[in-house]
Amino acid sequence: MRSAPVLPLTRDASSRFLPWLIAFMVWLAAMALAAVLVLSSFSNQWRNDLTGTLTVQIATAPDGQLATTERRLNRALDILRKSPGVKTAKPVPLKKISELLAPWLGRDVVTETLGLPIPRLIDVKVHPEANIDVAALWERLNKEVDGTQVDDHGAWLDKLIALAGAVEAIALAVLALISIAAIATVVFATRTSLTIHRDVIELLHVIGAKDAYVADQFHWHALNLGLKGGLAGVFLATATLLGLGSMWTGVESSLLPPVSLNIWQWACVFAVALAAAGISTVTARVTVLRALGRMP
Amino acid sequence: MVLGGGDVIRFQNVGVRYGLGPEILHDVSLRLEEGSFHFLTGASGAGKSSLLRLMYLANQPSRGLISLFGHDIATTPRRDLPSLRRQVGVVFQDFRLIDHLTAMENVALPLRVAGASEEQVREHVPELLNWVGLSDQIDARPSTLSGGQKQRVAIARAIIARPKLLLADEPTGNVDDHIAIRLMHLFEELNKIGTTVVVATHNKALVTGFAHPRLHLANGELSVLKAGAPFAENEDEADAEGLR
Repeated sequence: MRSAPVLPLTRDASSRFLPWLIAFMVWLAAMALAAVLVLSSFSNQWRNDLTGTLTVQIATAPDGQLATTERRLNRALDILRKSPGVKTAKPVPLKKISELLAPWLGRDVVTETLGLPIPRLIDVKVHPEANIDVAALWERLNKEVDGTQVDDHGAWLDKLIALAGAVEAIALAVLALISIAAIATVVFATRTSLTIHRDVIELLHVIGAKDAYVADQFHWHALNLGLKGGLAGVFLATATLLGLGSMWTGVESSLLPPVSLNIWQWACVFAVALAAAGISTVTARVTVLRALGRMP
Repeated sequence: MVLGGGDVIRFQNVGVRYGLGPEILHDVSLRLEEGSFHFLTGASGAGKSSLLRLMYLANQPSRGLISLFGHDIATTPRRDLPSLRRQVGVVFQDFRLIDHLTAMENVALPLRVAGASEEQVREHVPELLNWVGLSDQIDARPSTLSGGQKQRVAIARAIIARPKLLLADEPTGNVDDHIAIRLMHLFEELNKIGTTVVVATHNKALVTGFAHPRLHLANGELSVLKAGAPFAENEDEADAEGLR
């Protein structure tokens, strides 16, 4: 027959509210962590996609004829392909340009009938080790094809990555604050339980219980509460993230990169539950041992 | 540090004060030899409970030296104190039974704390509860027991681990006279098998009925009186007056 626990910790009020508090904090922590992981993925994706690329913009021919613009495009392509360090230079198809402009100007704007002066774009990939002098290339292109612009994306990419980094740092700070709040909550709940069960603890002390005997009871109780709260919090976070992911996918815009967590990132989110259980267990044990250490 | 071999407990000029209040015990010096039996008497508030708390290491003295089983408490590392406490059985005046545990679980507590196996618990605890006349109350919770039954559970808990020193604070305060005498015989049986016993009591009939020396506290000072030494007239009242 299994004997009842000496300290009836499960009857304390904290046993009822602590799992919910932990669940709420785990939900917040998991959301903050997911934000960090997604932003980190975005930064890497942007860096990989845009580093080593240039976009060359060919202004529309002064006569407004598509054929003339096409000749200017071919001339620029010829110069680019002969430039050292350039790996590939491909014109962006008119259809693709049309798609990019569709949100603002509507479909089928790039036609002779509408006659809008739409510039042509060339997507240039350079060898990673090549140190291309963008200014010199720009000047050379302008000599042959006036009104040409060269964009190496550096300026806005740096700002975008800096912004993502700042948001990541804020999310990490939120994560740290949640951890501190969780520790403070467990310390408070454990001290309350120590006060409630002071008589029994003193009795155990007098009959020769080691501090670890008493601490073990708080330890397993806190682990149990931490796991319950942690799993509930991660379950809520998973539902929230899947819901957000579904909404994100529903927004058809080229401005929003696709967002999804890979298996390792999901593992990190689930690990928040284990971290919560670990934090509550260690915090409760340390709190109890410190309190017992003050007894004779 | 190991001191005074043969003495179960030794106090040298011990004083106790709580906070900034007056000294409750002053210059208490005593030696309890192995296998001895003493009563502890004194008026309410004379410091009997404080003295017992020092003996079962629940408090530390404000001054003076205490050695338990030859170990100087002031220099014994804190981690070694639980093993000394396990050799002391305590019967509390208010029983201090744990309400949500059964009589069996309450009595088993010192064994479980000491890491005894469940087999040992199942073997020894029912046997002891039978010895104190509670074999039919093994699964009863304290709230369903009478004062005398609670007292016997508390005594069973105090002696289950075969302590070398048994301290009983008013163990007969809540029971009828005939049960009080039965309990005293029980303590004497334990004493005969080598347990050192200290029984704190107000019960003069009990003290005069059993021939054991008496530790008497008055005005925070301890005196040792031989077995059969008569009570002073109005002793308790005089002691209490002295405390005011």
